[in-house]
Amino acid sequence: MELNILSLATQLAILIVVLAALHQPLGHYLAITFTSHRHLAVERGLYRLSGIDRQADQHWKVYLRSLLAFSVVSILVLFLAQLLQGVLPFNEGLDTVDPWVAMNTAVSFVTNTNWQTYAPETTLGFGIQMMLLAVQNFLSAAVGLAVVAALIRGLVRAQTNNLGNFWVDLTRGTLRVLLPMAIVGAVVLVVTGVIQNWGGTGIHTLATGAQQTVPGGPVASQEAIKLLGTNGGGYFNANSAHPFENPTAFSSLFEVFLILVIPFSLPAMYGRMVGDKRQGYTVLTVMVAFWLISTSLMAWAIAAFSGSGTSVGEGFEQRLGVAPSALFATATTLTSTGAVNVAHDSLPPLAGGLAMLNMMLGEIAPGGVGSGLYGMLVLAVVAVFIGGLMVGRTPEFLGKKIGAPQMKLVALYILVTPTLVLLGTAITVATPALAAAAPAEGPHGFSEILYAFTSTANNNGSAFGGITSSGPGMATLLALAMLLGRFLPIALVLALAGSLAKQRKIPATTGTLATHGPLFAVLLGGISLILTALTYFPALALGPAAEGLLK
Amino acid sequence: MNLNKTLAALPLAFRKLSPRQMVHSPVMFTVLVGSIVCTAVSIQQIATSSATAVFSLIVTVWLWLTVLFGNLSEAIAEGRGKAQADSLRAARTSVMARRRTRTLVPAGGSGAGRDGNEEHEEELVPGTDLRVGDVVICEAGDLIPSDGDVIEGLASVDESAITGESAPVIRESGGDRSSVTGGTMVLSDRITIRITAASGKTFLDRMISLVEGATRQRTPNEIALNVLLASLTIVFVVAVMTLAPMANFANALPTPVVLVALLVCLIPTTIGALVPAIGIAGMDRLIQRNVLATSGRAVETAGDITTLLLDKTGTITYGNRRAVAFVPADGVDQQVLVETARLSSLADETPEGRSIVALAEADAAPQDATAALTPDIEVIEFSAVTRMSGLNLPVGHPANPTPAVLEVRKGAASAVEHYAKERGGFLPQELEEAVLKISGTGGTPLLVATYSGGRAQVLGVIHLADVVKPGMKERFAELRAMGIKTIMITGDNKITAAAIAAEAGVDDFVAEATPEDKLAVIKAEQEAGRLVAMTGDGTNDAPALAAADVGVAMNSGTSAAKEAANMVDLDSDPTKLIDIVGIGKQLLITRGSLTTFSVANDVAKYFAIVPALFAATFPGLGLLNIMGLSSPESAILSAVIFNALVIVALVPLALRGVKYRAVSAAKTLSRNLLIFGLGGVIAPFIGIKLIDLLVSLIPTIGH
Repeated sequence: MELNILSLATQLAILIVVLAALHQPLGHYLAITFTSHRHLAVERGLYRLSGIDRQADQHWKVYLRSLLAFSVVSILVLFLAQLLQGVLPFNEGLDTVDPWVAMNTAVSFVTNTNWQTYAPETTLGFGIQMMLLAVQNFLSAAVGLAVVAALIRGLVRAQTNNLGNFWVDLTRGTLRVLLPMAIVGAVVLVVTGVIQNWGGTGIHTLATGAQQTVPGGPVASQEAIKLLGTNGGGYFNANSAHPFENPTAFSSLFEVFLILVIPFSLPAMYGRMVGDKRQGYTVLTVMVAFWLISTSLMAWAIAAFSGSGTSVGEGFEQRLGVAPSALFATATTLTSTGAVNVAHDSLPPLAGGLAMLNMMLGEIAPGGVGSGLYGMLVLAVVAVFIGGLMVGRTPEFLGKKIGAPQMKLVALYILVTPTLVLLGTAITVATPALAAAAPAEGPHGFSEILYAFTSTANNNGSAFGGITSSGPGMATLLALAMLLGRFLPIALVLALAGSLAKQRKIPATTGTLATHGPLFAVLLGGISLILTALTYFPALALGPAAEGLLK
Repeated sequence: MNLNKTLAALPLAFRKLSPRQMVHSPVMFTVLVGSIVCTAVSIQQIATSSATAVFSLIVTVWLWLTVLFGNLSEAIAEGRGKAQADSLRAARTSVMARRRTRTLVPAGGSGAGRDGNEEHEEELVPGTDLRVGDVVICEAGDLIPSDGDVIEGLASVDESAITGESAPVIRESGGDRSSVTGGTMVLSDRITIRITAASGKTFLDRMISLVEGATRQRTPNEIALNVLLASLTIVFVVAVMTLAPMANFANALPTPVVLVALLVCLIPTTIGALVPAIGIAGMDRLIQRNVLATSGRAVETAGDITTLLLDKTGTITYGNRRAVAFVPADGVDQQVLVETARLSSLADETPEGRSIVALAEADAAPQDATAALTPDIEVIEFSAVTRMSGLNLPVGHPANPTPAVLEVRKGAASAVEHYAKERGGFLPQELEEAVLKISGTGGTPLLVATYSGGRAQVLGVIHLADVVKPGMKERFAELRAMGIKTIMITGDNKITAAAIAAEAGVDDFVAEATPEDKLAVIKAEQEAGRLVAMTGDGTNDAPALAAADVGVAMNSGTSAAKEAANMVDLDSDPTKLIDIVGIGKQLLITRGSLTTFSVANDVAKYFAIVPALFAATFPGLGLLNIMGLSSPESAILSAVIFNALVIVALVPLALRGVKYRAVSAAKTLSRNLLIFGLGGVIAPFIGIKLIDLLVSLIPTIGH
């Protein structure tokens, strides 16, 4: 397919310049948000209303319990509301949602996945979309921010069991970070032509007499947080390939920017919170390197494709072309977003494989809001462990010893996602009734299933759209992948933060392995690639590689 | 590692195949289970004369070899300690001990409890029956039955069974040389010993079990590494187990043998097989240097040390002050001063005196240093009153050019000044300044004066100073590069201590230190999160030795010190602490480097096996066969063989340890990352290709 390299380079350059200009100020602001002792009036009001002790400093177990309780309640509310849609306001005439779909959707939005097993236009009115799904888009992203803030506190604090206050972190992440940014983002999107109205789907009669169905709705306000919070659940089924969600090349670029801006600013927050900006820059370097390499490979994989598969290329949005698609597809899979401006199912096989590989990396470059950085920091612990041994010292990460208790948590963390992806895929392909959900023949059918589990276990939400996941079997399996893929790692990260916070801080010497600088960046990048992506090599060989490598 | 030792280790390697032993290493246990599965499959294939039987059989054999090689590395490492243990055991032969039972009270006497051997009753008991607190008597020719402290007497003891040092050592009651070790032999005299270790728990017993690896417990770091390796193993078990239904979905289901081969190649077998050997070899390296650690944990901690507490005397400086310079008065020839200083010290047998003679003989022109101590010379001994010593040379003595008796004196500045002034001399201004200057730098000034024919003259000053052992400054610089802080502990005053500290290049010092100060320094350093190592020998060092993260007791020290420490240096060489830190670091570096190598190997193995698995169904995957391996069978077999052989190839490195240099962490990391990381990615590509060239010659394998 034709790739305009100049166009790709220009768009990349614009992104790099804008993100480079913003990541430090935003990181600074994020650091202040999660370290300040001042509470805003509106926050104090909220705490009083909900009976939260804002001064409480929570043990990691309490922090985790609060987070889980909050999420469980969120899932139940979302599930019940969908079942009751028929009697709720602003339902645009849409009735109760199928319970399997409602369950899958509830889990999907609370876990920041936004896997959509339904077509929004015909399933959910803007009442549910605005008052429940969009709220979760804010809250699930704020949960990610809270977890990474707690992990960093674990690194910074010494000889304590406490990691901060989940409720305060959640409130601040939502009110001080996501809400103002989403408002600005929505306004810019409206300017670019994204619709924002209260109208439902209207049928218009054109001058020629033909009738045209024109959907409406509060799209821009949904769109901004869908991208900022790396959620990805579209207002329309076509997601960001729909002209009302993403009308122009500029809006497409702006949407990629919205996806990347918070995840790429978190390293700066991390650097400031640990009191050493170099730490942040090192993590950022690894993230940026993966992002640039992956974007280039994606563009190459699309451009180099010369086959003539029937489905390949049909899902490309012709208004936008190859360059914005490559940029968007990479950003959305390297983060936990899953919004798409090109149907990934119709990417050339190797490009589709790359999208999977991006997620299989663990979505760390830059990853989801919060989850990207904590994923990267867990891998940094592994890098510190192996690197520390190589310099002859019991490994230390920012003055905290990495011993057997820490490695146990990290080892489990590394196990969770691959196990979910591979086990889920294996169960599905071994069960003919489930495998039938993927209609494509041969390796591509396998890819659709592998993609589904990769996307859900990593809380991405994008899909090889050919797959049907609304049946009880797939809806349950995928919901399990989303739930376990979100909350097991979070539990392990908080436990790790707790075990780090308990320790006394060891001063660094020249004999300590430095966790900043190019050397550590190389080590971290290598470990990330070998420990995560390589695990999937055989599975990828059977899917995208089998389909895309032709003799 | 020679052939004989390898063969000797083979039976042990087979014995270690027992699942009960293997289960301790999750990685190798997985290989064992895989081998058993493959054996069953191979037998079934042979029974049905399947076409792939030969291939399965060869893979199975190599899988068993992989397990065996892993065990062999451990067995060889253990075997190295065996010989040493056997010679130690020879010293532990059953000894009869003369145990003192009760005190006899001579009729009408009241001497009970007083020293006097005849007042005690003795009985002969086997050495193994001795309990802590028993008192035994040993005379010349006796083997000491167990560890203890000398409570009466003094004897020379042959400790070669333990230290390998044949020169006898003196052990006496009281003081810091009171401890004796079971299994050593009294060469002269008679000593009374209070037993401090029960049978089976003596120093010798501990040493034997340590060198044999019998009490080897896993160190914290080893446990952490095993957790990581277990997790990698589980990930790959999941990856391979789920591959079966996935491949079946694509109608490309490989045989179980192939799947096991893939699994074994992917899990970190190299490091999994070598971890025990690395640990044993680390302990062994310590024992080779005559240092005995009470646990592997201590060795590992040694690598983490960030603060070294070093006694000045004996560690940083030679034990005594030495002459370092002669400063002549104005108008006095340097050679005259040197020769006179030498004369003044000819009869002085103190270390200081001998150092003056030595320096003078080094400075003086050879023909000048002729005067020897002849009987006609009157020796003036040092006394606390005069604080001077020297000679009176008779008239006509070759070294006496004057017509009268020549008095030569050297001594403390004030004493010699007084001596000169009494005899009409004076202390020149420049010498007075030199004396002050030397005192100011922590040295000791000695004045040299002569008196002959009614005229006294102060010729100059001898500068005595603590001399820092050669090479110490460089070693401390190395330590600093490694991020280790050195603190010198000395009883000297601040001025002297500061001067020596500056000269030796230590980072900090504690002057006028008491044993309590040592403990305080350790506590303060630990409070700041640092790990402290120190050496000590006296009983009053024991609390500090116990508090330090790594305490090294000198073998010559008291048993209290040895009990409190977690290492004992049999050579009693305090500078060895620096080597111990190096050994600890080397242990961790070896582990980390081989882990990196093992994990990096996976990249090439994927490229060998994955195309081999599926290229028949999806010919395009043949493009991944970038090594151009000749057939799927030979590709899989080559990867398995490489995987097994790399264990054997790395055994010497595991035993020897990765080369360790005292440089900063960044340098060490970049070097090891290059060798073991990048090397680990590249080496298997070459190795597998070479093996494939050979393997493809086997009929039915290479096609």
